[in-house]
Amino acid sequence: MTKETNLAKKTRAGLLPRLKEAAGKNAHLSKTVMTEVANKNDLPLNEVYAVSSFYAYLPVKSVGKNVIRVCEALPCDLKDAGAVIDYVKELLGITPGEITADAKFSLEVAGCIGACDEAPAMMINDKLYGKLTKDKIAAILKTY
Amino acid sequence: MAEKRIVLSNCSAIDPEDIETYLARGGFKALEKARSMKPKAIVEEIKQSGLTGRGGAGFNAGLKWELALKAKGKTKYLICNADEGEVGTFKDKYILSGDPFGLIEGMAIAGLAIGAIRAYIYLRWEYHFLMDLLRQAIAQVKTRGFLTHMDIEVFEGAGAYICGEESALMNSIEGERGESRYKPPYPPQRGLWDMPTIINNVETLMNVPHIINNGAAWFSAMGTAKSKGTKVFSVSGDVKRPGVYELEMGSSLKELVVNLAGADDIKAIQVGGSTGSIMPARMIDLPLAHESYLGSGAIVVLNSSRDIIKAVYNNMHFLNDESCGKCTPCRDGTEVIIEILGRLVQGEGMEGDIEALEDLAQTMAVASLCGLGQAAAVPLLDSVKYFRDEYTDRIEQSTFLRSYLGGKSIEVKEGLR
Repeated sequence: MTKETNLAKKTRAGLLPRLKEAAGKNAHLSKTVMTEVANKNDLPLNEVYAVSSFYAYLPVKSVGKNVIRVCEALPCDLKDAGAVIDYVKELLGITPGEITADAKFSLEVAGCIGACDEAPAMMINDKLYGKLTKDKIAAILKTY
Repeated sequence: MAEKRIVLSNCSAIDPEDIETYLARGGFKALEKARSMKPKAIVEEIKQSGLTGRGGAGFNAGLKWELALKAKGKTKYLICNADEGEVGTFKDKYILSGDPFGLIEGMAIAGLAIGAIRAYIYLRWEYHFLMDLLRQAIAQVKTRGFLTHMDIEVFEGAGAYICGEESALMNSIEGERGESRYKPPYPPQRGLWDMPTIINNVETLMNVPHIINNGAAWFSAMGTAKSKGTKVFSVSGDVKRPGVYELEMGSSLKELVVNLAGADDIKAIQVGGSTGSIMPARMIDLPLAHESYLGSGAIVVLNSSRDIIKAVYNNMHFLNDESCGKCTPCRDGTEVIIEILGRLVQGEGMEGDIEALEDLAQTMAVASLCGLGQAAAVPLLDSVKYFRDEYTDRIEQSTFLRSYLGGKSIEVKEGLR
């Protein structure tokens, strides 16, 4: 390994936390934000985009103020995760990938979120909600 | 055989926010003992114990450490893999929230053994709520003077299942896309920033203080020929008592899912998560060990009302989403498989589907770059092996339905899961 490539590697260290910080709480990484990160870290913009777009929680498209992620991996699927998604869709009038008109919520489906013993489960931002029922979902959404 | 709690012995017995409660239960005695040992002796003890990696691959932990100890490098790194993303696995979350000090002690000993001065805990984003607990625990350990030889930093992931794979994990820390690397070189030779690196699962490291305290012989007396000690399992699906259970290696599947988790109607059991084996209920007397089935210890039970093809489809959909896209067999293989399985789930099967699935699965198993693509074939091939009737019936029914509709196909929806 040459000295130059070693140096290039070092400037990338910690890119993930810096991207997270730049995105702020639940905001997405807009082109402006990514350009700033790229300039600050002496990296080409396309590299920053390549990294951001790889990770589910470094969103490069805009998201709602609160991001709902309903788990639909097998253990949750067995406990009717489909009904949870349908009910959230019904309450908010959006399908996965969409943002509500008031930009308060966006809905996504997730792989396993590690709450299989509390299935069906979902996360809103970084908070976990398990053993979901219709009543519970409605009550949870009201708190946001 | 009832539960045997060694890894979980401190969970709910200590206050995870207070190091005093951990010390009161003999905490950091193992580290003290390790300090009086030569690195080579620590490695030898772990090697002799037969401790294997608990993340799923089951490699001998001491052997891995030995490689890193012998490797030359300016710096050596230790990484605790807490990117628990395997479907159906939540044991590490339970361990981290119940006994963060046990993990830190295990890491401190591992650091002494291989000569690491810097360590990371790679925590999945979904476990963000554990961040403060872990950082606070590290701070307390430092204050008490137990962590003078190594720094531990908690590094948070950003939502990528593949980052549980060790080379993708290192790429992620380095600020790259979390894609797998070509191997060799293996991490103990050239890992993080090209330096010798040891990556161990949370549960693997949790075993270390117990082995140092009680000796390799004590540990290797438990379990089977190739699987020593205990294993922590995550049980979910169609059971009365889903949760985390610790059993001696070699215990039967029946003991775990029937006696402990309370399953009373079993059609199939998936052992090892989204890439784990799917087996019929009649195989319930099998021992849980590396020699038979184990993986990460994720157990999902399916009752008699469940559609096996749909379960496999769900798994494959997940793997397709999470495939890093670097190698073609995995990226495209998972794509074509979910197309075929999606049709089958919706009753639009065709002659030749089973053969096509087998062909794709076998190609992926031999040609994929990392474990994700290689093992993606496992549940699919198992389901075709043990539940072939469901596939042939589905195809026959589809053929009948088409003739009934005058040759028209039913509409197959996209994005079904």
